[in-house]
Amino acid sequence: MLHGGHLLSVLIFFPAVGAVALMMLRGDDHKYIRTIALIVSAAEFLFSLLMLRAVHVGDAGYRLEEFAHWINQPPINYHLGVDGISLFLVILTTFLTPISVLASWKSIEHRVKEFFVMLLMLEVGVVGVFLSLDLFLFFLFWEVMLIPMALLIGIWGHERRVYAAVKFILYTMAGSIFMLVGIIWLYNATNTFDLPTIQNMLATGLLALPPRTEMLLFLAFFVAFAIKVPLFPLHTWLPDAHVEAPTAGSVMLAGVLLKMGTYGMIRFCLPLFPGASHRATRWVALLAIIGIIYGALVAMVQPNLKKLVAYSSVSHLGFVVLGIFAFHNISMQGAVYQMLAHGVSTGALFLLVGMLYDRRHTFEISEYGGLATPMPKLAAFFLFVALSSLGLPMLNGFVGEYLILLGTYQRHWQWASWAALGVILSACYLLWSYQRVFFGEITKEKNRTLPDVSARERWILVTMAVVTLWMGIGSAFITRRTAADAQAVIDQVEPQRPYEAVAPLRPAQQSTGIAPRIANATTLERPGTR
Amino acid sequence: MNSAIPTTADFYRVLPELIWCGFGLLAMLLQPFVRNRYFFTGLAFVGALAGTAGACFAFRSPGAGFYGLIQSDAFSFFFHLLVGTVAVLVVLAAGPYLDRERLPFAEFYALLLFATTGMGVLASAQELLTAFIGLEMSSISSYILAGYRRDSLKASESAMKYFLLGSFATAFFLYGIALVYGATGTTMLDKMVSADASSTLLKLGLSLILIGLGFKVAAAPFQVWTPDVYEGAPTPVTALFSAGPKAAAFALLLRVFATVPAATHFWFWAFWVLAALTMFTGNLGALVQTNIKRLLAYSSIAHAGYILVAFAAVTSMAKGGPAEAAAAYAAVLFYLLGYALVKLGAFTIVSQLGGTGEKNLSLDDYAGLSQRQPVVAAMLSIYLLSLLGLPVTAGFFGKFYIFKAAVNSHLLWLAVLMAVNSVIGSYYYLRVIVVMYMREPSAETASAAPVGFPLTVNVVLAVTAIGTILFGVMPNPVINFILQPTLFGH
Repeated sequence: MLHGGHLLSVLIFFPAVGAVALMMLRGDDHKYIRTIALIVSAAEFLFSLLMLRAVHVGDAGYRLEEFAHWINQPPINYHLGVDGISLFLVILTTFLTPISVLASWKSIEHRVKEFFVMLLMLEVGVVGVFLSLDLFLFFLFWEVMLIPMALLIGIWGHERRVYAAVKFILYTMAGSIFMLVGIIWLYNATNTFDLPTIQNMLATGLLALPPRTEMLLFLAFFVAFAIKVPLFPLHTWLPDAHVEAPTAGSVMLAGVLLKMGTYGMIRFCLPLFPGASHRATRWVALLAIIGIIYGALVAMVQPNLKKLVAYSSVSHLGFVVLGIFAFHNISMQGAVYQMLAHGVSTGALFLLVGMLYDRRHTFEISEYGGLATPMPKLAAFFLFVALSSLGLPMLNGFVGEYLILLGTYQRHWQWASWAALGVILSACYLLWSYQRVFFGEITKEKNRTLPDVSARERWILVTMAVVTLWMGIGSAFITRRTAADAQAVIDQVEPQRPYEAVAPLRPAQQSTGIAPRIANATTLERPGTR
Repeated sequence: MNSAIPTTADFYRVLPELIWCGFGLLAMLLQPFVRNRYFFTGLAFVGALAGTAGACFAFRSPGAGFYGLIQSDAFSFFFHLLVGTVAVLVVLAAGPYLDRERLPFAEFYALLLFATTGMGVLASAQELLTAFIGLEMSSISSYILAGYRRDSLKASESAMKYFLLGSFATAFFLYGIALVYGATGTTMLDKMVSADASSTLLKLGLSLILIGLGFKVAAAPFQVWTPDVYEGAPTPVTALFSAGPKAAAFALLLRVFATVPAATHFWFWAFWVLAALTMFTGNLGALVQTNIKRLLAYSSIAHAGYILVAFAAVTSMAKGGPAEAAAAYAAVLFYLLGYALVKLGAFTIVSQLGGTGEKNLSLDDYAGLSQRQPVVAAMLSIYLLSLLGLPVTAGFFGKFYIFKAAVNSHLLWLAVLMAVNSVIGSYYYLRVIVVMYMREPSAETASAAPVGFPLTVNVVLAVTAIGTILFGVMPNPVINFILQPTLFGH
């Protein structure tokens, strides 16, 4: 079972070691603490890049697996693995963490040590969620991650932070406790918590759930994930959490925590409950489309800039869910891509909004106006990021949305046409808000003398912009690596309808001894370059 | 057989009780002669520890002792270790408290050891009248301990309430024994294995026993005393109440319902309703509490409800086979272990932060605790998160095993109710954490000097916190031990 060393364990626990080291330090030397947090998280990012060597283009299946017995009764194993889908989500997490550390360099002045400890612990939980192949282990990280996030919101947030933190934790917990019941129920049917084993049992027909049971189990998992995404109408915690969270918290929340929900759908809901997924698909798609349009419309009328970005997340994540539940290889890849793109561009938007807040201590759009004159550089970055978020070709947002719409169109053209409305609306709210904040006359005297980006902020923004651009033009680097695993998920949920263009003939997914599959998955078009 | 003289092995089987009781008597005898108060802390500590060690000797001579009155088996070993550990920790936690409140030492420790003896008897009783003696022994000591702060009005109220309602419950228990004897012709549990389960008299008798023990474990609708008694009793005693007698009463309940033919619709629904009612009463009650002791009291009602879910699983799946029943028993045992550690730790912190006369018990007094005393706040958070059932704590695995037992025996609705309750519960546990970490203290609270934590209290906190995390990360050794098919020695 063990091949590839312990890279994944290192990835999970290295930030924890860093956090413990931070805890040992004296609390008053803030510069030292920040530097150590930055070094730890940057090193973690470099470690995570090592995974790239292990995931081969065109091969589906888990890599770098680690397996150890943990608890005998019931048999719970420490089983980790990475595949094309989780690979980039982990890299996104490890990428956004140092960015968050940098973004909190100046804005966190109070209880600095605890802040960075929590940020690193959050990274532990999120990376663990993405790398777990044991249902129980997955649930464990899923729950453990809650506490640092809630504390980040509740201690370092804005005025209504306590309310937002408690709402966040209660929503998530309500979903996850039912997921726990679902996990145990599934264990009763299979006698294992091991994801690859259960997938094997499903593929070989050893496990056949009655339709009603399958549906209930699907719902138990799906609701937990839908709350996290968040899917309309379970999204109400998100605007509160985002608005109240400190900038780093918002970046991590939008950047990676929301993706845990969509990742869960891809990794668990679809492969484990294909029949129920099929039966639920039209309802899920309906909710996703409502979310796309509703999120966009609410974003349009938001007077609060941060809330606007939060609602735009609801809209963008609706695309992801739609792409997943269209059961098409292209839309699935689009969904994975959109998860990454949204992480980068919305993360960048939150960083920019946070920088505005650092200067003016308000999120109200009406307080701004004409900012392009005092701070041209920040305005330029903001425009760049807004354009990527609304899906301008050559930038990252376009690839994901385009792939999702393309794939969805081939299955259900009606869904795609409704969802396309969201693309238009996102242009409306982003450009309109951009106009109100950066163009026009300077109405408030205070805004006249605002300083432009500092060197630290410029480095953050340049990094984000480079990644945005690279993801837009070099998207094939990512899609080539996600293609095979996206197809593997589709094959499990729709074995009777293999992907037309690739037509792979492959046995059921196995956790070990994966034969080379989908040799020509790389022939996929490269929409980013069109 | 009845004429035989008890053998040495018989005495080994009650060794822990003998030691506890002996040291209790010793403390009482030495009280007039020894001035040094800490001598009694040391004496009680040695006694409680020696008794707990004695449990190992009892376990090495398994089997029925004293003509079948008591049974030494893995089950009784587990509970002796549990109540013994509780006693040791309470001894350590109570020293600074008694000192601060200027209360006499010797009597307190004697009563504590007598109560522990009673709990030990309850855990190994194989015969109902023996169990009754154990119950009385632990109850009467508890009544006195509840009112140990004689000058406090609340403590006297607490003791009075506990005594009145408790003796009422004991009467129920005793009457139940009489009826069971009438139905089966014996008070020996092992002879009831073949009793007629449908007999109304037996059902009635067992129901009365259930009411009596339901009172002890604070199951709704017999829970009304809990918040008042928990609030009024000296906090170390509250810690004892929530951990020791509760575990012992559950032990007897488990032994009774594991032995008599109880897998019937009647018992299944009785436990089902009892569990659902208890969970909701506890959790909904706790939502509105502002006194931390009352909050923890309601939470202990809620946790009794979770444990009763496993009982519903036991009574429904005795059909399912002994292996699955064993899993449900193990769930109860594991849950009680994690729960006892957590509640002991939490109440010890509450006791220490309460200050002289237990004044600072309101949630407001905990505002900003994380800045004044970060380690204490972190410890209390660990306990609360374990009560909440968050992974990497013992509480999580306890809840997980109970969920599993419930789902195993197709108690899906009860599992869903338990899930709903867990969510409700998470709200009030989180509220305490929120207050400690996110609320700014009042000027008065902020200016107060940090409360000192003496060495003995630190030991208690370290043991409970490490135990909570340890059993949450590596439950293997415990679960392997309690999952054996011969748990009850037969």
